[in-house]
Amino acid sequence: MSEINLNRSDLLVGGLSAADYHLQIAGENAYILYLTTQQISPGAALHIQTAMQLLQPLVGSVLVELLPSYASLLITFNPLQHSHLTLRPLLVKALAKPAAKLATSTAKCVELPVWYSEQDDLDLVRVAKATGLSVAEVIALHSQCSYQVYAIGFAPGFAYLGELPAALALPRLSTPRAKVPAGAVAIADRQTAVYPAASPGGWHLLGLCPVPMFNAKQQPAMPMAVGDQVNFVPITAREYSLLGGLV
Amino acid sequence: MTSMTVLRIISPGVLSLIQDQGRFAMGALGLTQGGPLDLHSFRWANALVANPVNSTLIEHSVGGLTLQAVANCVIAVTGAELALTLNGKAVQCWQALALKAGDEIALGMCSRGLRAYIAVAGGIAAPAQFGSSATVMREGIGGLQQNGQKLTAGAELALATKANSHINTSKAPVAAAIRQRTLPGATPLQLRLIEGYQAALFSATARAQFYLHTYQVSPQFDRMGYKLSGPAIRCSTSQLLSEGISYGAVQIPPDGQPIVLLNDRQTLGGYPKIGNVLSLDCWALAQASSGTQLNFSPITAADAHNATHLAAARLQREYQHYGISPTVLDTL
Repeated sequence: MSEINLNRSDLLVGGLSAADYHLQIAGENAYILYLTTQQISPGAALHIQTAMQLLQPLVGSVLVELLPSYASLLITFNPLQHSHLTLRPLLVKALAKPAAKLATSTAKCVELPVWYSEQDDLDLVRVAKATGLSVAEVIALHSQCSYQVYAIGFAPGFAYLGELPAALALPRLSTPRAKVPAGAVAIADRQTAVYPAASPGGWHLLGLCPVPMFNAKQQPAMPMAVGDQVNFVPITAREYSLLGGLV
Repeated sequence: MTSMTVLRIISPGVLSLIQDQGRFAMGALGLTQGGPLDLHSFRWANALVANPVNSTLIEHSVGGLTLQAVANCVIAVTGAELALTLNGKAVQCWQALALKAGDEIALGMCSRGLRAYIAVAGGIAAPAQFGSSATVMREGIGGLQQNGQKLTAGAELALATKANSHINTSKAPVAAAIRQRTLPGATPLQLRLIEGYQAALFSATARAQFYLHTYQVSPQFDRMGYKLSGPAIRCSTSQLLSEGISYGAVQIPPDGQPIVLLNDRQTLGGYPKIGNVLSLDCWALAQASSGTQLNFSPITAADAHNATHLAAARLQREYQHYGISPTVLDTL
């Protein structure tokens, strides 16, 4: 658990030690790797990224899929070709490999423009009131820090970003909205996200992002992946519509 | 690739979806697996018309689908027991049927089981999206129009490839043991469970209860999962960090009523899970409807491994017996 708090360069010199994780069965065709410390933190995310990169060479030949989350990694295989018994030593060996060349070569830094809007169908003004901040302070706090993509799920293209400054942390809405618009930039607890499509949702909405979070017709379909860094850049209403945002 | 239309949907019935084996390894985008709820019947439908294993077909739930042949073609209907008619005359499921242009084929309501599979020789042309044609309505992904929509009246189905010319259409249906393998019977359904995930967070008493009691399929069941009703199971934790959910995972939400997660499950979730139902038994569960009784029994990962291999070997033997060319077989 102390390893979790090491800084980035320290983590890049080795793989995962046996004390960092354990493998649990997750059905006839899967293991789930759990970090010893189950918490949402940049250190945990980096450990999962390390595990992903160490196991990636096995995907296609031995493994079917790696599905990362905050502090776990679901590892799926073809049960007609492998068994838990034969796979475990392969995984343990791969995870122990030095990961010196991991670096951050695959991690991207993504800038997402946001029109922070005081319109009444969003919650910007209400969030300012609830946190005791001014609207400008809310915008500054939300846009001045860099977030990490911790997990992608809930819906195609829905990325959980953290960590939101504590001053902005609010519990989810007691009654979820029936319809959150596509592109809504939202916060809840210590996380933030952009709704990829219109859907029900219980997060507080601060603004609108004109960049599609998920486009099935494009390659890649998403502007970001787990492990990437995201920054929000405030834009005006006019810039929002020039960038193709729908009002 | 040919684009000749062979079938037209006259009525889609309750729910008709374009499916192939499913969309794999796309969880990192938040995309679920999709694919046939009853893989056994899916495989047989394609095998009976000599299609490659991953050919696209129609998964039909509950009943009421009517199709018209626009050109001569060969089809097979497998899965649930239902009254099948060709131009109003009863015909049998689980065998290849030659249709002539203008013929009308109608599926009645499912009388045992819930899902039927309709394959056409050559497979249905449906462009792959993220590697699969599987329709996931919730995501708006897959299907004929690549928008996740179910099939509607008037939809025209073309062949993906030329039909295999070596299909024997004079055969009788396959053996009852094969036809009924995933269909509900007189006794409670037995679901083999591989303990895993948070199994250790359930007390010995809670686990004993879970295996001892009979559960029922609740009215809340769909392609995402089957919610069960029965004695509530308690877990020492109610909420975890969201984590990847594998096929067949049995999630226990705070109300203690288990949910077995199937093809269209959410990719991540934070409820405790006691383990996973063996795939072979998930297929049978997906043929069950509200009120079906079931029991769970624990098996080891090694038992699960043996069971999947035995089932694969049995399938190969059965294919051989029915003269299904081994060239159309695959291991998955």
